[in-house]
Amino acid sequence: MPQPLQPLADIWVYLAATPLLGLTLTLLAYQAGYWLYTKSGMNPLLNPVLLAVAALVLLLLATNTSYPTYFEGAQFVHFLLGPAVVALAVPLHRQLPDIRRLFVPIAGGLLVGSLTAVMSALALAWALGASKVTLLSLVPKSVTAPIAMGIAEKIGGIPALTAVLVVATGIVGAALGKFVFDALGIRDYRVRGFALGIAAHGIGTARAFQVDAEAGAFSGLAFGLHGALAAFMFPAIYLAIRHFL
Amino acid sequence: MLAGLTWLLVYQCIGEILVRWTGLAVPGPVVGMVLLFATLMLGKGASEALQASASGLLSHLSLLFVPAGVGVMLHFHRVASEWLPIAVALIVSTVLTLAATALTMRWLLARQERRETAQEGS
Repeated sequence: MPQPLQPLADIWVYLAATPLLGLTLTLLAYQAGYWLYTKSGMNPLLNPVLLAVAALVLLLLATNTSYPTYFEGAQFVHFLLGPAVVALAVPLHRQLPDIRRLFVPIAGGLLVGSLTAVMSALALAWALGASKVTLLSLVPKSVTAPIAMGIAEKIGGIPALTAVLVVATGIVGAALGKFVFDALGIRDYRVRGFALGIAAHGIGTARAFQVDAEAGAFSGLAFGLHGALAAFMFPAIYLAIRHFL
Repeated sequence: MLAGLTWLLVYQCIGEILVRWTGLAVPGPVVGMVLLFATLMLGKGASEALQASASGLLSHLSLLFVPAGVGVMLHFHRVASEWLPIAVALIVSTVLTLAATALTMRWLLARQERRETAQEGS
């Protein structure tokens, strides 16, 4: 007697229980998102991370699959965040000559930009009645996601919420940068790139590279330095003012 | 590629150990990054294997935060109930950050260039 075919639902239950599915879906969703992003002429609103996250959330909700089940597989991608942060040292080191030559403008822009990002976000969200956990998750919104999630974890925010806020910030910065710089009459590509990297981390940097190679290099420098500075400065600020929160 | 990845993991491990040991409120991988940067400054720079691993990982950096981003599905109610402060903070703060960074850097660059031309002139 021939074996009856397995019902599709059973196959889904089997697949969903192995790490293979979460991992495969993550890679597929990201590549599909990236394909759409390049097809659109790199429109910042069609950010591949945003598209991939939206597609995966919809799929998980539609199939009634829990996040921990998905993460069984996705953790292999997630794990690489750590070594990727360490790897940021390599491009930073390559730009050492720029850092030495323009030390004061770079350090000044970095410090003012970083403090503006965290203070203005906190003040606005607090004034509009955001809860404490949301405020803490907002603190590192302009910092590159892997470092921002580490900071959120250290100060009591929600790393997953921070990841989404970081991506949203990057999209806003990449989309609005041109208008802000034009309104202020800023034409120097080093300055435009650097400010994009401070405010909008890797997503701003990707945008800067599309416009001009020098802007891209300064943007990459800005987001690497901002990540390193924020990782040390933000938890220290939090420890100093946490009693007032 | 493999040697490069091994070095990245070794530095991350050292970073994590230092953070646990000292109780520093800094993510372990960032400490690893600072240590690797210091090593590169002291030595002859990054080996080819390290450069290959670093650029391989960093060229797909945005893929790496997709799994964490999907975690937002656990926090829908929070985003839904606090969408106004979140949206205003993100948009206004990002515009302010772009402007403040660019204006500060333009001012300091102009100041440095004025000084350099003054020195060349004297």
